[in-house]
Amino acid sequence: MTSLKPLTFCLLASTAWLPAHATNLEVTHWWTSGSEADAIRVIAEAFAESGHTWVDGAIAGAGGIARPLITSRITGGDPMGATQFTHSSAMRELIESGFMRDVTELAQTQGWKDAIFPQSLLDSCTFEGKIFCVPSNIHSQQWLWLNNSVFIDNGLDVPQNWDAFVAAAPVLRENGIIPLAQGQQAWQQQLLFNVLMVSIGGPDLFERIYREREPEFAAGPEMSAVFVAAGEARDMMRGSNIQEWNLAAQLVADGRAAGQIMGDWVQGEFMQAGMTPGEDLTCLPGLGVHQYITAAGDAFYFPKVTDPDVIAAQDILVGTIVAPETQLAFTKAKGALPVRLDIELVDPTPCMQRGMEILSQGNVVESVNTMVSPDTLGRVTDLVVEFFADTRFSVEQAQAEFVDIIASAD
Amino acid sequence: MSQNGKPSGLFKNLSAKIAAIPMVLTALVVFVGCTVWTIVFSFTNSRLLPRADWVGLAQYERLWGTRRWLISIENLLIYGSLMLILSLVLGFLLAALIDQKIRFEDGFRTIFLYPYALSFIVTGLVWQWVLNPEFGIQNVVRSLGFGNFTFDPLYNPNLVLYGVLVAGLWHGSGLVMCLMLAGLRGIDEDVWKATKVDGIPTWKTYIFVVIPMMRPVFVTTLVLVTSGIIKLYDLIIAQTGGGPGLASEVPAKFVFDAMFVSQNLAQGFAASTMMLVAVTFIIIPWAYLEFGGKKNG
Repeated sequence: MTSLKPLTFCLLASTAWLPAHATNLEVTHWWTSGSEADAIRVIAEAFAESGHTWVDGAIAGAGGIARPLITSRITGGDPMGATQFTHSSAMRELIESGFMRDVTELAQTQGWKDAIFPQSLLDSCTFEGKIFCVPSNIHSQQWLWLNNSVFIDNGLDVPQNWDAFVAAAPVLRENGIIPLAQGQQAWQQQLLFNVLMVSIGGPDLFERIYREREPEFAAGPEMSAVFVAAGEARDMMRGSNIQEWNLAAQLVADGRAAGQIMGDWVQGEFMQAGMTPGEDLTCLPGLGVHQYITAAGDAFYFPKVTDPDVIAAQDILVGTIVAPETQLAFTKAKGALPVRLDIELVDPTPCMQRGMEILSQGNVVESVNTMVSPDTLGRVTDLVVEFFADTRFSVEQAQAEFVDIIASAD
Repeated sequence: MSQNGKPSGLFKNLSAKIAAIPMVLTALVVFVGCTVWTIVFSFTNSRLLPRADWVGLAQYERLWGTRRWLISIENLLIYGSLMLILSLVLGFLLAALIDQKIRFEDGFRTIFLYPYALSFIVTGLVWQWVLNPEFGIQNVVRSLGFGNFTFDPLYNPNLVLYGVLVAGLWHGSGLVMCLMLAGLRGIDEDVWKATKVDGIPTWKTYIFVVIPMMRPVFVTTLVLVTSGIIKLYDLIIAQTGGGPGLASEVPAKFVFDAMFVSQNLAQGFAASTMMLVAVTFIIIPWAYLEFGGKKNG
């Protein structure tokens, strides 16, 4: 009798009028700023239509805080249902150790494997021929955002490239405006430095240093130019005593600062502050110099679980993320680019259009996260954080130490 | 006695010994076991996950060649020595003042002890706001009409440690005060009467009579404050995040970042082993003086 009870319960449940197996699926992510929260809600609502329950596992703080929490939960045997993550060698190690679910079959049965554009997004998800993640959106980091009215009010032309911006900085400074607003958090300073590398140094330099790891090249004149630009950036960001990237964006939107170097996700913040890209806001991909972008972006990963209900819910979430309708609304809210070309963007901003053009021209560089280990990146971060904070730290010394890091990079 | 002493020695207080077994096991497995495991794996090149791939002393060589680690050690030394001295001095002064049979003693004691009830995260955040140029002291003084007043210790690499120190003192002095007060109350009234009779000034009585008598209290306080200094982490996270630049980095943060952000477990293990070695160097001489001396004397 007792053995029948679970059976009858299952029968009841499967024939019930309730949505079959309303499973709780915990999804962790670090999308907590205004525009990001709007974006994740799009996915959550689309997922909830399937009858399952979305348990929101938002982790305040940026990836630097969230990533260790997420990896330690997975390695510690308490996996969530799904998690947002960036493509990286950190995740590769988790995949290698068998913690993550292989979604290759789903990609074929749900028919999105060939729809993903650019296909390099899938390459980052692929390990030994199997797909382990679902790309949700493309983000590029190499953007300089300028508040047009700040320049016009001070009798300046809105700069169209980095050098013009540097030339305008002294006038802005005299009028009490911070030329460049940057958050003090380590990841933002690392982002700034690597953006300078791609944009000032060019994509070849970036890939030769991080992928080929040629120390002689890192010591060369091209890299010196990047460090000189970093020194200029250091002077321009003096006085931006804030931590968060969205607060830096706020300074720019308020007109207390002139510009910010940040990924395209910051566009959502500017738009929330009432600015119109193209009219009030100038966006310069590649800082107006080398117009190349990293098409890395975000993806969702699915830890291996044993509960069949959770697996079924995972299947549905996979389909939801790449569905054209979700993609459209989600990327619009987030200010990101969609992961497929077969959808028509509804009145995209000039910045998004420009991003799409660069993508379709194939002017794409690989992300630093996939080229070097978190350890090496951590050392580069420590170096640039110190460099950006200390004006006595000379450009030459910083470059010499950078060469040492590249020589022993892995 | 000595003939039947062996069996009775083993079985004496048997129930107490049995009761102590779980804690003994915990101490052995958790503290000693994990410490040994950490030290052993600091000689590998483990990254995200521990793996037994031996590299000798390479992690230590790299550690001592890393400027961030050296800065962390230096910061901890500066913060630690100032914190130790100032919290003992402040705590003792407060206790001596409260001990003057003042009115509202309970009220003062509560006020001074209250910060200790807050976590370091809250303390750090509060002081981050107080010292922030946009909302804190600088802003208040400027709004009073001193337009050029500048006070932003947390954004000045030369001052940031003192900004953290103020928060640490605010948090910890109350506890030191309470311990000291308990010690002062433990001094026999007759001692005071005797020194009064001999005409010794009060300050001399404190320094030459009372403080030496309070040695056990000082030792307890020293251990509590020192352990708080070495594990300094959350205050830094909440107040400065290690910045500006690397100016307020501390070893505990280095360990966390190496293990979980850079995903280089072995480097983190090497750093934590070095912290353990440093602690051992302080504790062994102290324990020798404290416990070894008694047997001889």
